[in-house]
Amino acid sequence: MNQERKEHIRNALKKGTRLDGRKLTELREVQIQTGFLSTAEGSARVKFGDAEVIAGVKMAIEKPFDDTPEDGVLMVNAELLPLSNPEFESGPPSIEAIETARVIDRGIRESKSINTKELCVKKGEKVWTLAIDVVPLNYDGNLIVMGGLAAVAALLNARFPKVKEDGTLDYHEHTDKKVALKNIPIPVTVCKIADLFIVDPTAEEENAIDARLTITSLDDGKICALQKGGVGSLSVEDIKKMVDLAIDTAKMLRQKIVEVN
Amino acid sequence: MGELLVKDREIVVPGQIIAKGLDFLPSHGTYRLNDDVIANRLGMLSVEGKVIRTIPMSGRYIPQRNDTIIGKVADILMSGWLFDINAPYTAVLPLKDASFDFIAKGADLTKYFNLEDYAVVKVTNVTSQNLVDISVKGPGLKRLRGGRIIYANSHKVPRIIGKKGSMVSMVKRATDCKIVVGQNGVIWLEGSPEMEVIAISAIKKIEQESHISGLTDRVKEFLEKATGKPVVLEEFDDQRNDQYNNHENNNGNNHDGNYDDQDHSTDFDNSKYAQKGEQNE
Repeated sequence: MNQERKEHIRNALKKGTRLDGRKLTELREVQIQTGFLSTAEGSARVKFGDAEVIAGVKMAIEKPFDDTPEDGVLMVNAELLPLSNPEFESGPPSIEAIETARVIDRGIRESKSINTKELCVKKGEKVWTLAIDVVPLNYDGNLIVMGGLAAVAALLNARFPKVKEDGTLDYHEHTDKKVALKNIPIPVTVCKIADLFIVDPTAEEENAIDARLTITSLDDGKICALQKGGVGSLSVEDIKKMVDLAIDTAKMLRQKIVEVN
Repeated sequence: MGELLVKDREIVVPGQIIAKGLDFLPSHGTYRLNDDVIANRLGMLSVEGKVIRTIPMSGRYIPQRNDTIIGKVADILMSGWLFDINAPYTAVLPLKDASFDFIAKGADLTKYFNLEDYAVVKVTNVTSQNLVDISVKGPGLKRLRGGRIIYANSHKVPRIIGKKGSMVSMVKRATDCKIVVGQNGVIWLEGSPEMEVIAISAIKKIEQESHISGLTDRVKEFLEKATGKPVVLEEFDDQRNDQYNNHENNNGNNHDGNYDDQDHSTDFDNSKYAQKGEQNE
């Protein structure tokens, strides 16, 4: 994107209107659907306007890591499919994909929502592993937030598969047992453009931002993870404003997740 | 005696047998297999005498000579610029067609067109191997500064422009936006932020409802509601709209010499409007 078009976006924002007519802190229409993938233990599909991301949870029993013999394993992986955006290339994961996965992972992990001890089957030998895959189907910015939302919704939707007598898993039959989530961590990315703060940027807007801060917050407004991006700098004052905005937005999004589960 | 299996103006899908017998001649978007005429594009069927054609409703823009389009600079070459023109092929803007100034050897080409810049250009030539040449020398052709870009289905562009530019000029007058519509479906616009949003919704509406009659009135109503101001139509009524419908059917016929009312002239009008807008600044 060239400087002139960035300036055009900034000028519109200064007048309080975004490219698609939204206000600065307005979200696109949020839709969440869960449990639609029969091959995953839990799944969720999140739509922000036309942008769409799906997440799936797969469960397996595996050997724990040597340093944490009693803890279950949580893994988050993101794959930016070329079909979701002409800018994405196939091949090894891009920096963007790695960042997306890591920030979502950090949000869930550091919220301590999942008690990993509960995922232990036999100390040092068998623990449950939860693998969350996040995949955009139609990319239009704000991937961390949409992916984070989808990941949490998929976790809430997940049911443990049946363990057969020989110890293997029957993925065709699911038990009623859920992953016990103590909290619902919601990431919200707040972007700074020319001293203004916006949430839910589109891909076009993301190209014009100075800096962004992803803030993952819990039900009680506590912050459990942060990630800063972009070349611009943020003052303490900026961060305070961004945190307030993120926590407010997270409350709204949490409501949406609770509604579908 | 041949038999037509599909009625005129009905929608056909690729592979559908349109007519049997040798009485009918396949034209664009159709082909003959033994005695049958078969569609190879999704589109509306058009039968004119013996000639059967489909007017495409979807698919990528295919460049044709004399089209006025909007392209994006994708690369800077030794002797010009490579443009992304929203088509399966890229286009080359040679130095000699880029500026009226003399461009010295080894000059910094980014001064004229930099990467990611958009420009209104004219297709000067398309070779049999689909090498596309473009030019910015001509009325209304220029680099586009600022503003924003949206994409529309290139097959709907004649409707977005309207007869002699009537539709797009209505949107322009209602929203006070500067709008340039490229025949490749790339649209550039600039105006106040709220009005841009209204103009874009109007264009999307035209795109979506282009096949339903009474489009102009609906768009007018939409614009009046959105802007809260009355929109004056430029001597245009439903009867003309119908006429236009028929003309649009002729558009695919460019090669047959049916040149009385085709997109090129309407788009030319459109670029003149854009020029006027620039001068007002």
